[in-house]
Amino acid sequence: MNDQQTTVEYDRGFLKELMVKMMTVRKFEEKLQWLFAQGLIYGTMHPGIGEEATGVGTTAALRKEDYMLATHRGHGQVLGKGVDINLMMAEILARDTGTNRGKGGSMHIADVDNGILGANGIVAANTPLVCGAALTIKLKKIPDRVAVAFFGDGGSNEGAVHESMNLASAWNLPVIFVLVNNTYGMSTPLRRVVKDTDLSKRAIPFDMKAYDIDGNDVLEVYHTVSEARKYVVEGNGPVLIVEHTYRTSGHSKSDGNLYRTKEEIAEWKAKNPVIRFTDYLISNGIFDQSDIDEMDREAADAIEKAVEYAKASPMPLPDGIEDSVYAE
Amino acid sequence: MSIITYAEAIRQAMCEEMRRDEDVVFLGEDIGTYCGAFGVSKGMLDEFGDQRVIETPISETAYVGAGVGAALTGMRPIVELMFSDFMAVCYDQIINQAAKMHFMFGGKVNVPMVIRTAAGGGTGAAAQHSQSLEQMYCHVPGLKVVAPSTPFDAKGLLKTSIRDNNCVVFLEQKKLYRTKGEVPEEDYTIPLGAADIKREGGDLSFITYGRCVQMCLEAAEKLAEKGIDAEVLDLRTLSPLDKEAIVRTAKKTGHVVVVHEAVRFGGFGGEIVSTIADSEAFYYLDAPVKRVGALFCPIPFNPTLESAVLPNTDRIAAAAYEVLKEEIK
Repeated sequence: MNDQQTTVEYDRGFLKELMVKMMTVRKFEEKLQWLFAQGLIYGTMHPGIGEEATGVGTTAALRKEDYMLATHRGHGQVLGKGVDINLMMAEILARDTGTNRGKGGSMHIADVDNGILGANGIVAANTPLVCGAALTIKLKKIPDRVAVAFFGDGGSNEGAVHESMNLASAWNLPVIFVLVNNTYGMSTPLRRVVKDTDLSKRAIPFDMKAYDIDGNDVLEVYHTVSEARKYVVEGNGPVLIVEHTYRTSGHSKSDGNLYRTKEEIAEWKAKNPVIRFTDYLISNGIFDQSDIDEMDREAADAIEKAVEYAKASPMPLPDGIEDSVYAE
Repeated sequence: MSIITYAEAIRQAMCEEMRRDEDVVFLGEDIGTYCGAFGVSKGMLDEFGDQRVIETPISETAYVGAGVGAALTGMRPIVELMFSDFMAVCYDQIINQAAKMHFMFGGKVNVPMVIRTAAGGGTGAAAQHSQSLEQMYCHVPGLKVVAPSTPFDAKGLLKTSIRDNNCVVFLEQKKLYRTKGEVPEEDYTIPLGAADIKREGGDLSFITYGRCVQMCLEAAEKLAEKGIDAEVLDLRTLSPLDKEAIVRTAKKTGHVVVVHEAVRFGGFGGEIVSTIADSEAFYYLDAPVKRVGALFCPIPFNPTLESAVLPNTDRIAAAAYEVLKEEIK
């Protein structure tokens, strides 16, 4: 936990909100795993258990109107940004009431009303897109707005990222590039595919400001993104934020965890962001265990209601599906 | 009416739409001072300034993707890809992003964007700057594909494309940029998905688009000297496709030659032939349908080799005689 952050800096209500959101994201994904095991989820999904502080902490520092493009491992990112949990659960359960009317699934949650321009199944392909959203902000002179793209350590080696960072910097666009370094690109450890694992240096050739932070510390993430957002909104150009974390869940439902040890996973589970933030809130006397239990129940209730809503929703019908390919 | 070139028609369409709608912006490589590789955007930087005529780095993935992102958030970008071959550099942004988003996101977003690009060979630009890749776009649901053959069509179709709420791939024909034609002074548009009969005839139908329209018209004149009256159907838009017009002309003449500059094997001509084969027009055919297209070969540099690979008027006329051989025995 960032020792610089003292309790007086943050409103209790806000701290509770962060805690409940992280719990909600965690429980949401655990519920998906359970539903999947029951055969109730079709296709696949990419849980980010252990990464909750990146999605929740980052989006807590954004405004509803800020544009955001999530990754395929983006449940926490879109829940943090404000997507309706019922509609999102309905989408993952392939319902017509889902955010994407059952046409996208877990990997493509979109919610324009909350600034979510979709989660992307092609790693780092959202980095060119975020430049376009930021170009709109710039050309229309929209005040106090930024465009944010999440991508991973795996995605960071895509050419699209390098082109986009250059474009955003050359055009002085209001972009926040959020690189969630969860240590593995699917099964491949970062150290095996890059010579220099300090990914914040990727900002240097583009003359871009970079932050390198503990992505398991939700307050550090929130504080950093708030500061970065202010810097970007002031017209200083794009920034890169590298948030270090660890995915304790498998890559997707097919993951046999053959590429890492049980001990390594256990070590990270023990310092996962939900536990860390809980300890912080209790040890600083902000909340007691009964408060935390109450938050836990609040999160659990929201998940149960979302599942009920989704299960009660109709499946989409194939009639006229070709008519929905093009806009009017 | 005024007589202008194909390139001027495209410029006029862009300028008129940019004057009409301030959300229309223009992005691409060297489109400002240089006026684009083919001089299409002459004068546009001066008129609209660098906030609307936006020059990009040589980063097709980044700026085509930025066009998609801008379209998602309320702009109507026209993005110029200098050569249509360069689509291979930014395929993901076109195929996986622009084409999918409206559907995949449950109809919540639109991608009102035009990708203008110079297609085709015959210029000695060799294998990486001469291709006709339209069939690769046509196969992807979510994209619209336009290939105009005249200044009139180019202007009217581009204006419609800019006003369309989907991603339109607008394939300009390099060899046509300097060709001239009549274009009205007043505002007009041409709907997407409407083919146009460029020459009426009753004996044989050439079904074609793009640069080959002119070749088919020339072939039709040669055939006319032999008393054969050929119809030339210009599809103008490949997706959406005017299937009714295809069926109508096939039924009318019973003899069909499908012509395009793209490689014949796996080309869009196969879709045109299929449109006939699985319609009632099949019963009206008096001979097998012939296709004329480029040989299965990258476009070579040497002019003799290049012209041997691409279709030309003589090969088109020869295909017509082959289709009509029972009639003219």
